Amino acid sequence: MRKLVLAGNPNVGKSVVFSQLTGSKVMISNYAGTTVEFTKGLLTTESESFEVLDAPGTYSLEPTSKVEEVASTLVDQADIVINVVDATNLERNLFLTTELLERDVPLIVALNMIDEAGHKGVKIDVKKLEELLGVPVIPTVAVSGEGLKELIDYLPEAVNRKNKPLNIPDRWAYIGELVGKVQEVVHRHHSWLETLQDASLRPSTGLPIAALVLFIAFQLVIGLGEFLHEFMEDYIFEGFYETLLLYLSEALGSGGFLHDILIGQLVDGAIDFEESLGVLTTGVFVELGVVLPFLAVFYMVLGFLEDSGYLPRLAVMVDRSMHRLGLHGYSIIPMVLGFGCNVPAALAARNLESRRERFIACTLMSVAIPCMAQLALIVGLVGRHGFEYLAVVFASLFFIWVVLGLIIDRVMPGYTPSMIIEIPPYRIPSIKAQAKKLGMRIRGFLVHATPYILGGILVVNILYTLGIIHFLGVLFAPAVQGLLGLPGDAVSTLLIGFLRKDVAVAMMIPLGLDARQLVIGAVVLAAYFPCAATFTVLVKEMGVVDMAKSAVIMIVTAFSAGFILNLLLDTLIPAAYLAAALIALSLILPMVLGSTSDRRELSDLDETA
Amino acid sequence: MEFSLVEIKPGQTGVISDIRGGSALKTKLNQLGLREGKRIKKISSVFNRGPVTISVDNYQVAVGYGKAIRIMVEVDELEKASPGRES
Repeated sequence: MRKLVLAGNPNVGKSVVFSQLTGSKVMISNYAGTTVEFTKGLLTTESESFEVLDAPGTYSLEPTSKVEEVASTLVDQADIVINVVDATNLERNLFLTTELLERDVPLIVALNMIDEAGHKGVKIDVKKLEELLGVPVIPTVAVSGEGLKELIDYLPEAVNRKNKPLNIPDRWAYIGELVGKVQEVVHRHHSWLETLQDASLRPSTGLPIAALVLFIAFQLVIGLGEFLHEFMEDYIFEGFYETLLLYLSEALGSGGFLHDILIGQLVDGAIDFEESLGVLTTGVFVELGVVLPFLAVFYMVLGFLEDSGYLPRLAVMVDRSMHRLGLHGYSIIPMVLGFGCNVPAALAARNLESRRERFIACTLMSVAIPCMAQLALIVGLVGRHGFEYLAVVFASLFFIWVVLGLIIDRVMPGYTPSMIIEIPPYRIPSIKAQAKKLGMRIRGFLVHATPYILGGILVVNILYTLGIIHFLGVLFAPAVQGLLGLPGDAVSTLLIGFLRKDVAVAMMIPLGLDARQLVIGAVVLAAYFPCAATFTVLVKEMGVVDMAKSAVIMIVTAFSAGFILNLLLDTLIPAAYLAAALIALSLILPMVLGSTSDRRELSDLDETA
Repeated sequence: MEFSLVEIKPGQTGVISDIRGGSALKTKLNQLGLREGKRIKKISSVFNRGPVTISVDNYQVAVGYGKAIRIMVEVDELEKASPGRES
């Protein structure tokens, strides 16, 4: 079977073309770097079948990041390359096209977003472009599917030019001449989206917009998430589902091993979805009744932010602050993704250029960004004791994120280069595409999380039954009690936390902790170690050595933070004040300390100049 | 007169005249279509050494401060080109 590789600049719609050609479902957003690894699919035409590979975007075949390397390697293995070109930016896109024309591989060009080019006043003479390049050029609008049939029909006509390699100045000269012959640009006025586009980049308007966007996002996730959670709890779990389980409980003889595993312990003869700890009671409730509502709303909001093209603008607004933590603005994207699930966030860190940045980003993300599954449980559990306790959890994690960043940036040699990113135009997200993406993510959660959540509950039950938890509880009681002020049995939550964080937080419920203990437990659980799924990905992304270093940082940070909270919270400082103080410190410290990383970059660039 | 991207004001237009950096920086900028002779317009800059956003052809690029001070621009209208450090 021949290999068909989709290559092109970032954010030109390769993944859209891919999903149209193969019918496979892939993540699509409106920012550079959504695809970090290649995706495979199958395309069957009348005459033959192709294996289609969707490569991450790259500006050139001379890679400058890990992600771009993937693209370059894929092109080497291709039997045919479809070069997806953004028609609104013909000149810049042709840089890669001319490089591809020098490779020993048949090429065909998909001139994508031809409709948007029209709106922007860009007119391209496709016939002439085809003549000059010497390969077929097919105008397409991938989102609507326009031109894709022609693209498939013309695949056999792809031409292997194997042009003579050019150096960079000659390449640009050649492209300049070519574009002059085929493109005509008519000047037109700004649309309202373009006005908004510029406003979100100017600090005077951009910073308030950023604050507003984050505030609305937060309110929506917490508010709407809570509403959906209560709806599920009141109408589905405590109604129909409970009745069903009570029948099952009776059928199992209201006790015994299987009953304990599936239903768990009955509390006053009834099922308590939070405390029964059965696979079908607490397990299913945590997954569908608590995590899913929050996660669905989060992914709805994230999907909108991704597809509108806002995220890179947020990166510009926070770039200054991120530099103090040894990162640059674009690393806000893995951080935002991390709130959904740390796994895709760790993968997104690949877009960062240096090993140093990837280390800092992955470490900060896994220490201080709790995933939505964990957050949903924290909001439900800690929030009951008042908003100020929830605020302490968020403030502590924010403080850890900032302080850890400041420290690593100072201690770690090297510097973080300043960013250079393309800012995509704003686009109004299509409801259909949003629904599809949300569906994909929810399905992904159900498929990947179910074995861990239900398995986690199962493991807990077995450990309890065998008395292992009590044994470990007694063994670690001095440490857990002395350091963190938690009962010895809290060891069980830390143990399960290696597997799955939401279940771990839920495990605190039967321990009967008070508000301050819950806060300490939540912060330590969030920071001390990544869950199994994240850990696997982090090892792959960072390597064993860096992961080991990162793990030491995580463990030390988590227990120090827990210890400090245990000392201060409610004993010396009331929750509300502590939260306010931590946030104030997190904002002031970086300003006072400044950044060492920039200075290192400026002097380094001076040397190489 | 030549000014760096950091020095010119939002709204000003000009032509990139020099990239004062090593070959790695030049290559990176080049791949993004930023090269000597290219016409640009500054959109915005974030105060306190924040990134500068420029528009080139039909796209926009955000350039961090460390790189922006190395991109020199021959500004179009000399009389308006009173450089201010920040916006």
